[in-house]
Amino acid sequence: MARILKILIPLVLILSAFKPAMSQLRVSVEDGLREPLPIAFAPFVTKNGASPNMGRDLADVAIADLESSRLFRAIDPSAFIQTPAAATIAPRFPDWRQINAQALVVGTVGNEPDGRIRVEFRLWDVLGEVQLVGQAYVTQRENWRRISHLVADTVYKWLTGEKGYFDTRIVYVAESGTADRKVKRLAIMDQDGANHSYLTNGRNLVLTPRFSPSRQEITYMSYAGRRPRVRILNVDTNQDETLGPIDGMTFAPRFSPDGDKLLFSAEQRGNSDVFALDLRSRRRERLTDHPAIDTSPSFSPNQREIVFNSDRGGTPQLYVMSADGGNARRISFGGGRYATPVWSPRGDLIAFTKIEGGQFGIGVMRSDGSNEKMLSQSYFEESPTWAPNGRVIMFFRRTPTDRKGRGGRSRLFIVDVAGGEPREIVTPGDASDPAWSPLSP
Amino acid sequence: MKLKSLAVICLGLLISACAASNDQAASSGSASGASAGSNSGQLSRDVTTTTSSTFAPGSQEELQASIGDRVFFETDRYDLSPEAQAMAGTWADWMKKHQNVQIEIEGHADERGTREYNLALGARRANTVKDYLTSLGVQANRVSTVSYGTERPDALGSNEEAWAKNRRSVAVVR
Repeated sequence: MARILKILIPLVLILSAFKPAMSQLRVSVEDGLREPLPIAFAPFVTKNGASPNMGRDLADVAIADLESSRLFRAIDPSAFIQTPAAATIAPRFPDWRQINAQALVVGTVGNEPDGRIRVEFRLWDVLGEVQLVGQAYVTQRENWRRISHLVADTVYKWLTGEKGYFDTRIVYVAESGTADRKVKRLAIMDQDGANHSYLTNGRNLVLTPRFSPSRQEITYMSYAGRRPRVRILNVDTNQDETLGPIDGMTFAPRFSPDGDKLLFSAEQRGNSDVFALDLRSRRRERLTDHPAIDTSPSFSPNQREIVFNSDRGGTPQLYVMSADGGNARRISFGGGRYATPVWSPRGDLIAFTKIEGGQFGIGVMRSDGSNEKMLSQSYFEESPTWAPNGRVIMFFRRTPTDRKGRGGRSRLFIVDVAGGEPREIVTPGDASDPAWSPLSP
Repeated sequence: MKLKSLAVICLGLLISACAASNDQAASSGSASGASAGSNSGQLSRDVTTTTSSTFAPGSQEELQASIGDRVFFETDRYDLSPEAQAMAGTWADWMKKHQNVQIEIEGHADERGTREYNLALGARRANTVKDYLTSLGVQANRVSTVSYGTERPDALGSNEEAWAKNRRSVAVVR
């Protein structure tokens, strides 16, 4: 478990010797419904005794990342005119223009004397005939997938101008058992579903895990000892602690963007309010004091404001207040009930769940409540979580059950804030409550 | 799991009483009223006669079989209906009769809400019952509460009938 979060890239070399300023090649992330940009992503050429499959696998994982964004389409290698080996030495640009490739990625993988692998790659602008970027990575062989994600992040960044999000992980709740007695375990995996492992054994009911933005920690809610409480789990050391002596249930935890505070709800005599805990001083501060339900708090990136869910107006709606708890004002006015607000890491949007007309949906609005836009809708879905670049949202969706509790398939999906059909992220079984990690350091 | 197996025992041993408690899914108070009479004095006698041969006095089995162990709520609501008040009133009488009994009130929600809001709603539903019991003279330290939100449905299925059965508070003898 600890191993998975502690993979380090020992060396990153920047090979780029060319000036990329000449290139006009850009794909807009603002229009998710546009035709994907065709790119030629060649299988990496193997040398120095590297396994012949390694070069193809490295390319395939990066291609899957890029295509999952729906901004790119990889051209079938059988259409290539120039061989990858030749293109690695010097691309013959007319050959790549002929198959309509806008960008070309070539690379090599070879064994180092110490047993590690060395991966080099270059991204070319085919029309401008200019290298945009070239990088080399040296790492342990078992970390090869991370190299692919770093390559995909680099390509994404150079072609969109936005940070990538592929070298990230997801923590979520893996579900098994019967519909009335679900067994729930914390699970962690790479953003693309690989390197899957479990963090808890299923003995205690666990809910709503969320990553720390700054430490190898996950906060979640557990029914350990039949007392539902917020906990913090260090995934490196396995240290797992509650927040200290609080009477009543604590739930809906979420770290502050700087990682130094924890927002959560605490229930006292049946009433739920929002609190903040300073993780250094362990000082607890009450932020709301209202007889209505106040829950699901989430900081703005600058930590000046908090969006939360409250039914103080009669139905569950979204409210924004200042970080000290003052000046709460309602921002959701679209009709229906709203819940689970999460502030985008870019600060521009708030993702939410909306319940209207017997359907659940995931949407976004600006932080003043304007420009509401629904991205997905189904029988049941909730729990949006942002990719660290603020362009993509993951959530979970559950299908209805019949009278014997059959059905109820629960799965993770991602959707681009620009629009398009949600796409399933494959998990070994039923899944809920996903949370996206920050970019790996 | 515990509730489930108890319900099975109940079915085997006391079919009529169990049917009454199942009916409470539709109308919680009236079912107990019909089987046990309209005032609590009569109910207490009924408890004694029904359970003396079968269940330990003050046990969960007795509570389930002879009174009913749950009350129901409307969508997103946590106030007690007249039927729910009648049921909780019989719990209060029963607890006064069995002074050693400690109970936990579980608060539950249906599947048509988000997880965190439902946890808060379940806490409200549990605490409303606790407040009502203490208002009737039950000592507060004999009643604990826990919210399960939407995590422990009783009725299966994605339909109105199941949701109505799952919006509930359940009294569990500790």
